[in-house]
Amino acid sequence: MATAIAAMMTIAASAQIGSPYIHDPSTVVECDGKYYTFGTGGGGLISEDGWNWHSGGVRPGGGVAPDAIKIGDRYLVVYSTGGVQGVRYGSHVYAMWNKTLDPESPDFGYTDPIDIAGSNGYEDCDGIDPGLMMGPDGRLWLVYGTYFGYLRVVELDPATARAIGDPVNVALSCEAGEMMYKDGWYYLLATHGTCCSGVNSTYEIIVGRSKYPTGPYYDNLGRDMIHGGGRLLLASEPRRIGAGHFGRFIVGDGIEKFSFHFEGDLDRSGRSVLAIRPLMWKDGWPVAGKPFENGEYSIVSERRGYSLELAVNNVPMNTGARGLSRNADGPVVALEDQKLSDVIGTWPEGNIDLRIGPELFRPHQAWVITEVPEAGGYIGGAYCKITLAGTDRTLTATADREITTVPEFTGAPEQLWRIDQLTDGTYRIMPKLVPGTDQELVLISVADSTPSLGVFDPDSDNSKWNLNKH
Amino acid sequence: MKIMNKILLAVFLVTAAAATGNAQKKNAKIDVAEALKGYFKPVTTPYATPDEKGFIRRWMMLEPISKPNSTNRVFTDTYTRENLSVEYFPGQYTVIPKDGDKVKVTMEYQPPVNLTSNRPAAPQGQQPKFVKATLTWHALDSDHFFVKLFRFATGLDKDRYGVIFWTVTVINCEEDIENVRLAVGSNKAARWWVNGEELLLLAGDRHMGVDSAVSDRITLHKGKNILRGVTMNGPGMSEFCARFIDDTGKPVRNFTITCN
Repeated sequence: MATAIAAMMTIAASAQIGSPYIHDPSTVVECDGKYYTFGTGGGGLISEDGWNWHSGGVRPGGGVAPDAIKIGDRYLVVYSTGGVQGVRYGSHVYAMWNKTLDPESPDFGYTDPIDIAGSNGYEDCDGIDPGLMMGPDGRLWLVYGTYFGYLRVVELDPATARAIGDPVNVALSCEAGEMMYKDGWYYLLATHGTCCSGVNSTYEIIVGRSKYPTGPYYDNLGRDMIHGGGRLLLASEPRRIGAGHFGRFIVGDGIEKFSFHFEGDLDRSGRSVLAIRPLMWKDGWPVAGKPFENGEYSIVSERRGYSLELAVNNVPMNTGARGLSRNADGPVVALEDQKLSDVIGTWPEGNIDLRIGPELFRPHQAWVITEVPEAGGYIGGAYCKITLAGTDRTLTATADREITTVPEFTGAPEQLWRIDQLTDGTYRIMPKLVPGTDQELVLISVADSTPSLGVFDPDSDNSKWNLNKH
Repeated sequence: MKIMNKILLAVFLVTAAAATGNAQKKNAKIDVAEALKGYFKPVTTPYATPDEKGFIRRWMMLEPISKPNSTNRVFTDTYTRENLSVEYFPGQYTVIPKDGDKVKVTMEYQPPVNLTSNRPAAPQGQQPKFVKATLTWHALDSDHFFVKLFRFATGLDKDRYGVIFWTVTVINCEEDIENVRLAVGSNKAARWWVNGEELLLLAGDRHMGVDSAVSDRITLHKGKNILRGVTMNGPGMSEFCARFIDDTGKPVRNFTITCN
């Protein structure tokens, strides 16, 4: 039983929970407070919180590798079918609309699918794996294709989803295409490698960028994707193999995620599973964030580089060389870190407040961050408790919009923390609930030495923290 | 029982040979220029030069040799090396063919496939059957920086999945060119040689990317240098691109390319 629990904890620490089994997931879309993704073969997954997923999504038409996007007050869902009229690479991309993705809603109902793109089976393109992107100018784009020749991009009418103009070849020997836009660049995401082989898949997500939606898309070395170029975004993680079918999900300013599948999850019988990871940006390129890992951390302010700590006396270490003497004589020995037992007796009982101080790696600065699977989650993560290492002393939001530590973790929502990696690689740390208010507040540095709760500002270092693992 | 097996094999070989013969007759009617339009043109000039980016577009290309590979996952280093070490025809590592030369090969039989259907699955546990076939060398200039092997096969109405493409060309240098690397992008597994020395083994379910693998530094010698590449695929597209690059990664272009 203990082994089983440990295994579940391992899964919870690094993957969506519930039954996130899907292949070729569409970009995760939010609809009326729930999250949806559709996969190959029909149907899809639903999540109330973006963390715990279960089947229940409804997508008719079958076929492969759908995608979805919200346009105005409607949802556009596209999917593809291959083997048209018995021709192996003859394919169609179909589009259909719905007012809601919630199959329980009275407004739920897809329009009849319309044929918007495809391939005749004899050209260097296999028109499946559609991906949608709304550009900053309100123009809608579709990318489609597989390893059989070229990925193609064509503009769609955002009112009808019908194609406008002729498709353009943009990449060679790719599939699972998707596009996104940021800061003047269009990005083409796609995959290289072997699909559909479980844990033996070599699927990997690659990216190129262009000033135009129709390319050319170049990688970081200047290689055109139509010449086989592509910068790696993500291939595999420990225990999870073969990343593919990228989909961008913007949580808000400064916080982005991306959804995809791993072809084989070694912790889940090698099944294909939905995954959601932080999406970061560096030098104009998307970078895949890693899943959060339980562990002992310093929580360091981006503002000053100081460490979140208990507001207690800094107990000196009575050991080692001091002063200006070089102490050239005698053996060199490694000294022990200051231990919790050296200092905990000097701390008061009850609640202890916090401050931010120079990082010394002392016990009053060491925090254990642990996911609490039963507490639910949010898009791409589970709520965590933050306790002082070696104790049950717990970081807690207070009704006066400040923070403190309480001696024991009770599971109260003000003791649960949402940890989002931001697009610059730093973290936003936000309590699940601040007592007495519905306002979303986050941990901030209100001064170099003073933590508090405040409104998240993605442009301010006061709102950002680094988690330095010990 | 053994005699019966031999009789059956003989009947099979005769049938297969007849089928191959029919294919040859059919092939004789193919207008190569028309069949390969958009991808290749028959060679009509005495020599070619590397294109702007150094890619080698003139090749002698042998019609595909059947080698069943039902999946692209099989291309390990060992599998690639072993299956591209089999002698399919005499002199396969030394020949410098002429356009229209014929080669008699012994190759593994597999049911025909075309764009409108998947290949029928081979019966489980059945021993491979081998057939003899006569294949033709074609002197071609690629219309693209890459060599679209798949379209070479489909254009000539040959098998295109689970096949081996034998390609060779001649690099003519007016002087020694030192410290160059052979740079190849290959979809799928391949082996490459210059002047008989193996420079690259490209394994795995790989896609064609420009310069996805390069050789150690070599010297292209004054006179003729023989560049030979053999590419093996499974299901799906197949193509390669090849050029020489210098120590800074820039294309080497000061040579001519001929078929002999």
